[in-house]
Amino acid sequence: MADVNPVESLRAAFSDAVQDVQEFRGEITFIIDRDHIVDVCRYCRDTKGLEYNFLSDVAGVDYFPQEPRFAVSYHLYSMIHNRALRLKVLLPGEEPEIPSVIGLFPSANWSEREIYDMFGITFTGHPDLRRLLMPEDWDGHPLRKDYPLGYETVQFSFNFDEVDKYKPYARE
Amino acid sequence: MTGSDDNLWQGDVEKLKGLVSERALTGETMVLNMGPQHPSTHGVLRLLLELDGETVVTCVPDIGYLHTGIEKNMESKRYEQSIVMTDRMDYLSPMGNNLVYCLAMEKLIDLDVPPRAQVIRVLLSELTRINSHLVWLGTHALDIGAMSVFLYCFRERERLLDIFEMVSGQRMMSTYFRPGGVWRDVPAEFEPAVRDFINYFPPRVDDYEKLLTNNPLWLDRTQGIGFISADDAIRYGCSGPTLRGSGVNWDIRKALPYSGYENFDFDVPLGQHGDVYDRYLIRIEEMRQSLRIVEQALDKLPDGPVRSNNRKYVPPPRSELGQSMEAVIHHFKLWTEGFRPPVGEVYQRIESPRGELGCYLVSDGEPKPWRVHFRTPSFIHLSVLPLMSKDHLIADLVGIIGSVDIVLGDCDR
Amino acid sequence: MGLTSKLGNMGVVTVKLEDAINWSRTRAMWPMLFGLACCAIEMMSTQAAVYDLSRFGMELMRPSPRQSDLMIVAGRVTRKMAPVLRQLYDQMPDPKWVISMGDCASCGGVFNNYAIVQGVDEIVPVDVYVAGCPPRPEQLIHGIMMLHERIKQERIKDWA
Repeated sequence: MADVNPVESLRAAFSDAVQDVQEFRGEITFIIDRDHIVDVCRYCRDTKGLEYNFLSDVAGVDYFPQEPRFAVSYHLYSMIHNRALRLKVLLPGEEPEIPSVIGLFPSANWSEREIYDMFGITFTGHPDLRRLLMPEDWDGHPLRKDYPLGYETVQFSFNFDEVDKYKPYARE
Repeated sequence: MTGSDDNLWQGDVEKLKGLVSERALTGETMVLNMGPQHPSTHGVLRLLLELDGETVVTCVPDIGYLHTGIEKNMESKRYEQSIVMTDRMDYLSPMGNNLVYCLAMEKLIDLDVPPRAQVIRVLLSELTRINSHLVWLGTHALDIGAMSVFLYCFRERERLLDIFEMVSGQRMMSTYFRPGGVWRDVPAEFEPAVRDFINYFPPRVDDYEKLLTNNPLWLDRTQGIGFISADDAIRYGCSGPTLRGSGVNWDIRKALPYSGYENFDFDVPLGQHGDVYDRYLIRIEEMRQSLRIVEQALDKLPDGPVRSNNRKYVPPPRSELGQSMEAVIHHFKLWTEGFRPPVGEVYQRIESPRGELGCYLVSDGEPKPWRVHFRTPSFIHLSVLPLMSKDHLIADLVGIIGSVDIVLGDCDR
Repeated sequence: MGLTSKLGNMGVVTVKLEDAINWSRTRAMWPMLFGLACCAIEMMSTQAAVYDLSRFGMELMRPSPRQSDLMIVAGRVTRKMAPVLRQLYDQMPDPKWVISMGDCASCGGVFNNYAIVQGVDEIVPVDVYVAGCPPRPEQLIHGIMMLHERIKQERIKDWA
């Protein structure tokens, strides 16, 4: 099987969509323009010699307070050529939106819902974009950096009485 | 789960639109809630089922009842502190979670692991795999109706937990793997205990097979149920035994060896039919293969240190603290401030008992990880459940949930 | 109770009513089959071959809250799960008891964050807390024994 170098191939095919190529610890990351992500994924999946047929994971990152604030990373893997690739899309902090790749990789279904739930990134074209992990009526998106961790004071013996005053206790 | 009179149905029919078919809205089919408290959903999984008679028309899983906020919590802890969190994710294979997080960290900071530590890691990961498969087999058989297998499996599991307790001091949440190696060397009684287990265990697997493999009840309940084709399995992101049950030969231990798996000789069992029965056969065979790896690892366990000597990232052993000023400084720095990895991002995948377990680690150069994300096999496998369970009887649904071996802690994180 | 020595051949035993009721309650306590997280696996170990909870009349795990007396909250309780847990508790018939098993259920454990309820006693009244992450089966059995002791000290006049 012809082995195609993904960097050269992608750069040639999408000269305007590939914004940057980084390599760190042997992992190649392509920074892709948002509007082209579906085309790039399709190209990676269907091109002979690349054939990244397995989407391992989709993960969101919040780079607050940097701008562009959000990133979505796609971890592709080729079972045929036994190699991996990361596509990364940077998104603005205001109303982040990105096309869904669920039509190409159904495995992205819940990952995209999770990112919507945790970061508030909207995936256009996703058939069932609801909250996945948090309750439906939850406020905010917990994995955003400006969302507090939600720490509560722990009740030890030294501060037992103090915490006891406001700790809610259940009744029968 | 039926509610008391005042909270029978508080939902909104509008919300059901798009989730279930039109027939459910007219009352032709029945919408049934299963879980979150249900004996055979393996935890707190909730399923919204649309039933035509006893046949499942649509199945909508609702997860998040065990969402623990582990990823967020890890961002607020230093790299080494947050290993304890990983144990509690997939609580049936805590060592596997330790391993993927440590490997990701080691990849990020380019840390060496001594050969002895690598072999110990492989050995304990495989014992963890057996441990996880035992719980799976026990509960899966219990769901389908075989009680005694459960008792047998847990009897054997106690021996494994004794071994884990011996090395780490804890039965389940061991936190034994650390960046650069393992917490400390295995004790002297470790080797005889594992040898004892290697002799003890294979006849027990035969016992399970005698109870189940050719049992007509078992065959009726599992063969041809929960089918998924090889193409679909790849497209939907299945991995591990679920993928191999459909005949796709992809095992990360072979394809992308980590922690020295390339030095071990083992087979990867494959299925043909992609049904519940094939996944069962694969996991049974995997237990035997894991035992083979354990035996090889024990035979070639090299001598030497069990933790890296790179003092930038690994604290010095206690014995050095009394003699060397430098060791005291390193120790103080590492425990008060932590280490600073380079800026970058890595993705590390391993073969957990359930499938591909991935750890995506983003570093901004500070002692706390900027973002940790786990790609967990249960999460992906559960999203395939609607596809697998379509047009099956509701009684078979329980078998299908068991066969993909979900752990809700792994799924919700 | 030393029954046999006092029994003689009369076939009659006299015992205080509340003692008899309390004794029978402790000897046939049915826990609810309700596992949340890691602790549930240890709860299963407690049930299974080596530790064998049936020794204490607890071999029956009831999947339905309406048939159970004891709720073992085994694992972390999330904010999404909390209403469900309270509903299950409300569905259990009186008398009912709650054991909070493990650190997460008792006080939040290592997870002090937005998703986890910091102690299940904010939702349901807890009788016995079992520490550990997860507690060993022996610890859980010890917790159950403590609950038994507590039940044995209950008095009829307090029930009314």
